[in-house]
Amino acid sequence: MASSYTEMSLEQQRVRAARLFLIPMIVLLFLVAGWPLLRSIYFSFTNTSLTNLSGGEWVGFDNYLNRRELSSGKVIWRGTLVDPAWWNAVWNTIKFAFVSVSLETFFGLIVALVLNAEFKGRGLVRAAILIPWAIPTVVSAKMWAWMLNDQFGIINDLFLHLGFISEKIAWTANPDTSMWAVIAVDVWKTTPFMALLILAGLQTVPGDIYEAAKVDGINPLKVLWRVTLPLIRPAIMVAVIFRTLDALRVFDLIYLLSNNSQTKTMSVISRENLIEFDKFAYGSAQSTLLFAIILIFVSLYIWLGKVNLSGEAGQ
Amino acid sequence: MINTPMDVLKKIGFYLLVLVIVVICIFPFYYAIVTSFATGSAIFEANYLPKSLSLVNYKNVLFDSKAHFPRTFFNSIMIASITVVVALLFGLTASYALARVRFQGRGLLLMTILAVSMFPQIAVLAGLFEMIRAIGIYNTPFALILSYTIFTLPFTVWVLTTFMRQLPVEIEEAAIIDGATPWQIITQVFLPLLWPALVTTGLLAFIAAWNEFLFALTFVSSTDQRTVPVAIALLSGATPHEIPWGPIMAASVIVTLPLVVLVLIFQRKIVSGLTAGGVKG
Repeated sequence: MASSYTEMSLEQQRVRAARLFLIPMIVLLFLVAGWPLLRSIYFSFTNTSLTNLSGGEWVGFDNYLNRRELSSGKVIWRGTLVDPAWWNAVWNTIKFAFVSVSLETFFGLIVALVLNAEFKGRGLVRAAILIPWAIPTVVSAKMWAWMLNDQFGIINDLFLHLGFISEKIAWTANPDTSMWAVIAVDVWKTTPFMALLILAGLQTVPGDIYEAAKVDGINPLKVLWRVTLPLIRPAIMVAVIFRTLDALRVFDLIYLLSNNSQTKTMSVISRENLIEFDKFAYGSAQSTLLFAIILIFVSLYIWLGKVNLSGEAGQ
Repeated sequence: MINTPMDVLKKIGFYLLVLVIVVICIFPFYYAIVTSFATGSAIFEANYLPKSLSLVNYKNVLFDSKAHFPRTFFNSIMIASITVVVALLFGLTASYALARVRFQGRGLLLMTILAVSMFPQIAVLAGLFEMIRAIGIYNTPFALILSYTIFTLPFTVWVLTTFMRQLPVEIEEAAIIDGATPWQIITQVFLPLLWPALVTTGLLAFIAAWNEFLFALTFVSSTDQRTVPVAIALLSGATPHEIPWGPIMAASVIVTLPLVVLVLIFQRKIVSGLTAGGVKG
């Protein structure tokens, strides 16, 4: 009895210490994340302006959707939910996220398979692929803006010499190519991250499997499709989720490389309204909608993936 | 093994693929370096190899009194360093509690922290803007140190928790039997073992803070308070239509070189941290 009593108090002591350790972190997180989020949502229901942050009045859902009947009987709908610019940004974001994450997964898998093979200079290759990841987004946007420059860019020069194009193209300004230019730069920058996550998954696959397949003379592509891919599916899924969440909130690349109606994303349009166009409350409504979309996405992920967050089992 | 022609072809194909990957990865940075050393009209020619090694662009960036570039470089170093220290300090104790102690609501708390790390930054922009204005730190480094905590802290807690879970229970049990308090366990038992993890997370948090753009663009207004990414983004020429590509590339090289060196030195640690955290690219 005595020993079990001291164990209890020891456990209790640890739990108390744990609480003490957690409180500062929780308070800090609430201060920088929870409270600002609640305020942003609150602002979206007011008519607050950037120059008078405390003078906003409650306007209900007007920033989202507002119905007004004119004396002539004509009904006017207003708000971000009927704003074509907003829906255009939503569509751009989804297109950007879907295409770039798909391409990154495909190329990431190839790079991961290469890095998983044993060859001379593997360390050097791994170092090389970390470089795009480490370069600040602002720098990579500027670098690529320069390379994609319509008059002096090296991409036009290279493609002209190789015969891919017959005349110089303004990649980042042309409506047909600007989205692709942005996607290409994003793929260049983030494929390494994808490759490293997939590589970590590949390294958990026991080598015997490949040996056995080799002895049986099975086509390596078939082994990849039937054995390797199913085994590393969880690793790929995690990488895809993280990248998708990142892509849905993309801001700097678009803002700096090509900001036009073909590329403008939800984050970019929200910030423009919030800070640049003095439509603070309207921008808050848009940022709240983006938050809601990501929240739904994360909930689906946690629910579908049944992610084990407490780490109690299976770790 | 006999090398049949097929094997040789396969090998050549493989190394070609490797070559393509490496060239695509490093060419843009290489080209930025080439441009940064070019001057005058040479900038406007597509030169695949460096033609000159002029330092004039570097001189322009470093000594242009209007752009305050050295000052912004210093701002970036200071802000990123303090952010990392804060995140590690709060993260270490919190992750001990999350990794080693069983208590009610632990899963929920971890889930919340993970959710915060996935926050779109724009969703808190309006609220943070109000807070920063209200406590009077708009246009100061504190605005950025405070706001960067939103991504560095959850990330640090998450990765350190993963690392700390992997440490064997026995070490801690021995310390408990010896009568160590939780604080002693953290500082005297775990801290020495966690150094590699702290270096990894610290480095990743530093890179994230160093590269951040949205908050730095929004919460700071004067040229001398800016961080390097914003300074580069807003670097302008003599006229609005003339983009100073040479100085921009020189500034880009100055900012990126320390990162590339860090990454090459700490390659292994960074890879292990990225895969343990699986957070942010």
